[in-house]
Amino acid sequence: MIKLSNVHKSFGKVEVLKGITASVEKGEVVCIIGPSGSGKSTILRCINGLESYDSGDISVEGARVDRNAPSIVSVRTQVSMVFQRFNLFPHRTALENVIEGPIYVKKEPRAEALERGRALLARVGLAEKADVHPPQLSGGQQQRVAIARALAMQPKAILFDEPTSALDPELVGDVLGVMRKLADDGMTMVVVTHEMAFAKDVADRVLFIDGGVIVEQGPAKTVLNQPQHARTQDFLRRVLHPL
Amino acid sequence: MQAFWRDTVEFLPILMSGVALTVIVTIGSLLLSTALGLIWALMRVSGIGVLTGFSAGLINVIRGIPIIVLLFYLYFVMPEFGLTLSALQAAILGLGIAYSAYQAENFRAGIEAIDKGQIEAAQAIGMGWWQTMRRVVLPQAVKIVLPPYGNIMIMMLKDSSQASTITVAELALQGKLIASSTFKNTSVFTLVALMYLTMSIPLILLVRHFEKRAGQK
Repeated sequence: MIKLSNVHKSFGKVEVLKGITASVEKGEVVCIIGPSGSGKSTILRCINGLESYDSGDISVEGARVDRNAPSIVSVRTQVSMVFQRFNLFPHRTALENVIEGPIYVKKEPRAEALERGRALLARVGLAEKADVHPPQLSGGQQQRVAIARALAMQPKAILFDEPTSALDPELVGDVLGVMRKLADDGMTMVVVTHEMAFAKDVADRVLFIDGGVIVEQGPAKTVLNQPQHARTQDFLRRVLHPL
Repeated sequence: MQAFWRDTVEFLPILMSGVALTVIVTIGSLLLSTALGLIWALMRVSGIGVLTGFSAGLINVIRGIPIIVLLFYLYFVMPEFGLTLSALQAAILGLGIAYSAYQAENFRAGIEAIDKGQIEAAQAIGMGWWQTMRRVVLPQAVKIVLPPYGNIMIMMLKDSSQASTITVAELALQGKLIASSTFKNTSVFTLVALMYLTMSIPLILLVRHFEKRAGQK
């Protein structure tokens, strides 16, 4: 459903993606792990056109991703994004955040969008926070609203860019719980994360990225339990046993 | 003091007709400068080279010309090119254009203060540039922009007196006319100053209200 082939991307003179080739099948949960600055987030941002890429090819459901083409709108309504810093609209309530896309981008009738919006907030456990503005919510609650906002677009896949990195440790569980439920429901997900336990439990496949290339990839348990590559082994040792 | 009160009773009606024109010039040029300023600011942040360059150049040209020269140009020079404006029209147009540069810089600062993540979130749900501006950026920028906007309003109220130089009989010109025919300079100009101050005070309070509200967020 999402295909990347030989994708290159530079910021100025720094090449951050050096030929990424990968694919994500429908219903699959793929976790991307790797050190900071390895290009993980850039991959996600290229998939939904928040960044352009210099060469290679990215396609979603067969349609090429080109951030400057009008077709990018259709890509973005099919592939939602959840950000590290939530990026909720602070001037709108939780519910208004959720229905913004359906009403103003997909032109759905307001009543219908409202009904689904409330159902989605209930699904992420925040039914009673519908009329609250984001600054009054905890980080974990904000991120769950952001997930509801992503779901409201009825996407075929959701990209998560370090969704729990900005959260207090005790709030991480709520967000991961919602994500696990989504995975169980068959949502296609690409998750950039440092949560190795989540990756091990929920992901079908793990990609380990370092220096802009995919160093190792395979079934989650294989990569995380028996990494083949020395760089992967080193990374996992540092993450799992930091002391 | 008694003489002052007597003069006040005598001159106030004439000065009030000046106040009416001052208000018209101020509101007219405020609306025009707001609309133009918003257009220049949106062009400036559009990311389209030609528009950005045009807007930046235009703002510099406008900022570099004194208001009084702009007014003379509109009122005395434009008729030579076939565009004859009434004094009031020229005053509103001139002040509106002159202040559009400051409005534009204020709006641009407000727009650029919005977190880039907000724009990305809007794009990620499929919004285009204009929709992102209208639904996400501008509503948040308003809070940032309002306190300086209030200050611009006060400056415009006072600068509307420059319209007197092209014969608009607003408060300052009415005062000057009375003073030069009665020689009661002290009474007249004290009155004129008090009347400008009276009109400014509500605006000053408004700015304070805006600042308080912006500080809360």
